[in-house]
Amino acid sequence: MSFVDTSVATISPRARRRRILRRRFLRRPLAVVGFIVALAFVLAAILAPVIAPYSAGATDFNALLAHSSRHHLLGTDELGRDVFSRILWGARASIEAGVLATLLAMAVAVPIGIVAGYYRGWVDAVIARVTDVLLAFPFLIVAVGLAAILGPSLTNATIALGIGAAPALIRIARGEALALREEDYVRAAVANGASDLRILARHVLPNMLSTLIVQATVAIPTAIIGEAVLSFLGLGVQPPTPSWGVMLSDAQSYLSQAPRLAVYPGIAIFLCSLSFNLLGDGLRDVLDPRTTR
Amino acid sequence: MSLLAVDGLSVRFDTDDGPVHAVDRLSFTLGESEVLGVVGESGCGKSVSFMSLLRLLPETATVEGAATFDGIDLLHASPARLRSIRGRQIAFVFQEPMTSLNPAFKVGNQIGEVLRRHLGLSRGDARRRSIELLDLVRIPSPERRVDEYPHQLSGGMRQRVMIAMAVACDPKILIADEPTTALDVTIQAGILDLMRDIRERLGTAIVLITHNLGVVADVADRVLVMYAGRKVEEAPVHELFARPQHPYTNGLLGAVPRPGAGRLREIPGRVPSLAELPAACAFAPRCPRADQLSRTQVPDLREVAPQHHVACFHPGPDAEATA
Repeated sequence: MSFVDTSVATISPRARRRRILRRRFLRRPLAVVGFIVALAFVLAAILAPVIAPYSAGATDFNALLAHSSRHHLLGTDELGRDVFSRILWGARASIEAGVLATLLAMAVAVPIGIVAGYYRGWVDAVIARVTDVLLAFPFLIVAVGLAAILGPSLTNATIALGIGAAPALIRIARGEALALREEDYVRAAVANGASDLRILARHVLPNMLSTLIVQATVAIPTAIIGEAVLSFLGLGVQPPTPSWGVMLSDAQSYLSQAPRLAVYPGIAIFLCSLSFNLLGDGLRDVLDPRTTR
Repeated sequence: MSLLAVDGLSVRFDTDDGPVHAVDRLSFTLGESEVLGVVGESGCGKSVSFMSLLRLLPETATVEGAATFDGIDLLHASPARLRSIRGRQIAFVFQEPMTSLNPAFKVGNQIGEVLRRHLGLSRGDARRRSIELLDLVRIPSPERRVDEYPHQLSGGMRQRVMIAMAVACDPKILIADEPTTALDVTIQAGILDLMRDIRERLGTAIVLITHNLGVVADVADRVLVMYAGRKVEEAPVHELFARPQHPYTNGLLGAVPRPGAGRLREIPGRVPSLAELPAACAFAPRCPRADQLSRTQVPDLREVAPQHHVACFHPGPDAEATA
C-alpha cells in the first residue's frame, strides 16, 4: 500500500488537485475567453482613473455628438463627454453592483438555506414556502420594487438586487444541505460529539462551496444586467455619475441622430454579462466531480 | 459494577405505514475492557439499539427503557452532556469507511478536530497526537498520511483512520458497527487484529456489531444474539460455540463455512416485519422446533448454564450441527 503514489508524493495533494483543475479549465476555450474578458472588465473598473483618457464628467464643447476620432475613441455624447471614458467609469458601477449584490445575496441566503436544509421540520417548511412565494415574482420585478421603496442610489440598487437574488440561492443552499445532512461523515461527526454549529461550519458549508462558487458566477451577470436596468429606469446610479444603464437612458433622446450612443454601452453590458456567464459555465464543468476531461 | 447497563430498551419508529418496533425490551451489561459481540441478521435491531444509547437516531424514533453509563442516565442526559460523552467516552466506528470521512479536509485535521474539541489540545499537539494515532492503527508512514485527503486512502486505511479517530480520546467504550463488512477479507483480519490490540493496549471495552459469527469467534468475550429486535441468546463465546441453545443460533452456526463440513445449511424463510410485535416467539415461523407453545407465547430468557441465557421453549444444540 505504501509503494503507490511515490512519483507524485513530492507535491502536496492540494497543489496536485489545483493543477488538475487548472488543466481542465484551460481545455475549455470559451471559459478561458470568458475569464479573460471578465478580468478585463474588472481591471477596467479598478483602473478607470488611470486608463480613462478623460474624466467621466469632462465636456468638450468643440465636439458634441462627435464620431469616433483620434481624440475620442468612441466619439462623444450630447454634452461632449468622451464615451470610451464613460464606459470605463461605468464599469465601476456595474462590477461593484454585480459583485456586492451577489455577496449580499450569499450572506443572506446561505445561512438561511443551510438552517432550513439541516434542521428540516417546521423551520424548513416556513422558509421553503416563503422562498417559493418570492420565486413566483420575476427577479427584476422584485428588484425594481425594492429599489423603488429604498430610493434611488447605487447602494440601494445593490441591496435591492442582492435581496432579489437571495430566494434562488436559498433554495440551492437548502437543497445542498438536505443532501449533505445524510452523509455518513455528518453522522460520524454527530457520533463524535460535534456541536451543530461545528457540523454546519466544518462539514456542511465546505462541501457545498463549489456549488456556491458556480452560483455566484451565474448571479453576477444577472446583477450586472439588473444594475443597468435599475439605472436605466432612474432607480440606480444617478446622473451625472456614469453607468451603462444611465448612458442607455440618456442615449434615447438622440437615437435617430447618434444611435452609437446606445450601441456602445449596450455592447459593454452584453460582453460583460456574457463573459461572466461563460466563466460560470466553465467553472461548473470543471468543479463537477463527474467531469472526466 | 458494569460500565454500561441497559435495561428494557425499546425503540419504536413512527413511520407513515404505522409504528415499527425495532428493538423490544433489550437488556444487557458491558464490563470494563470487555468485548461484546452482537450478532444477528440485517434489520434485527443491532445497530439501532446502540445508536439509540447515544440518541443518534432520527426524531421519528421513540426510545424507552434505561441505559446507565458510568452513573449517567444516557437516555435522559442533556444534549450538552451527551456531546461530551459522544466521541469522548463512547465512540462509534461505522460500517462505511468510504463515506465516513469528510472529503474536504485532510485526515489529520479530522482526527485533530476531535482531539481539540474533547481534550483541548493545541493545533500543533493535535497534529503530533494524530500522527501517533495513525501509527497506533498501523498506517504506514503516518507523517505523510496525516496530510492526505480521504480520497487518497484505500478503504482499509480509511477504516483505520476512523478507528484512530474513535480511540483518539481514549474512550471507555468503542462501538464498532459492522466495521469490516465493506472490506476485503484480508483487510478484515487486519482490522479485527487491530481491535484486539486496542483492547489490550488501551483497555477499551468494545461492542462489535456484526452478522458474521466468524468475526465474533475471533475477537469477542461474550456474545449476544438478536432476532427481530429481541435478545434470543447470550453466552460467553466458547460456551455459545460449544453448546448453542437457540435454534436461531444453531441456524447461524450452520451457515458459517467450515472446511470439510459439507453443504452449508440455510435458515428457511425471512426476517419478519417489525410492524407489530408478535405475541409469540418471533422465530417460530422459521423454526423446525416450533410447536403450539412457541406460536402462542413469548418465551422468557432463562439461564440454561452459568451466564448462558436463552429465550426458547425448546433449547439445545441441533443434533445435526454437533454431529
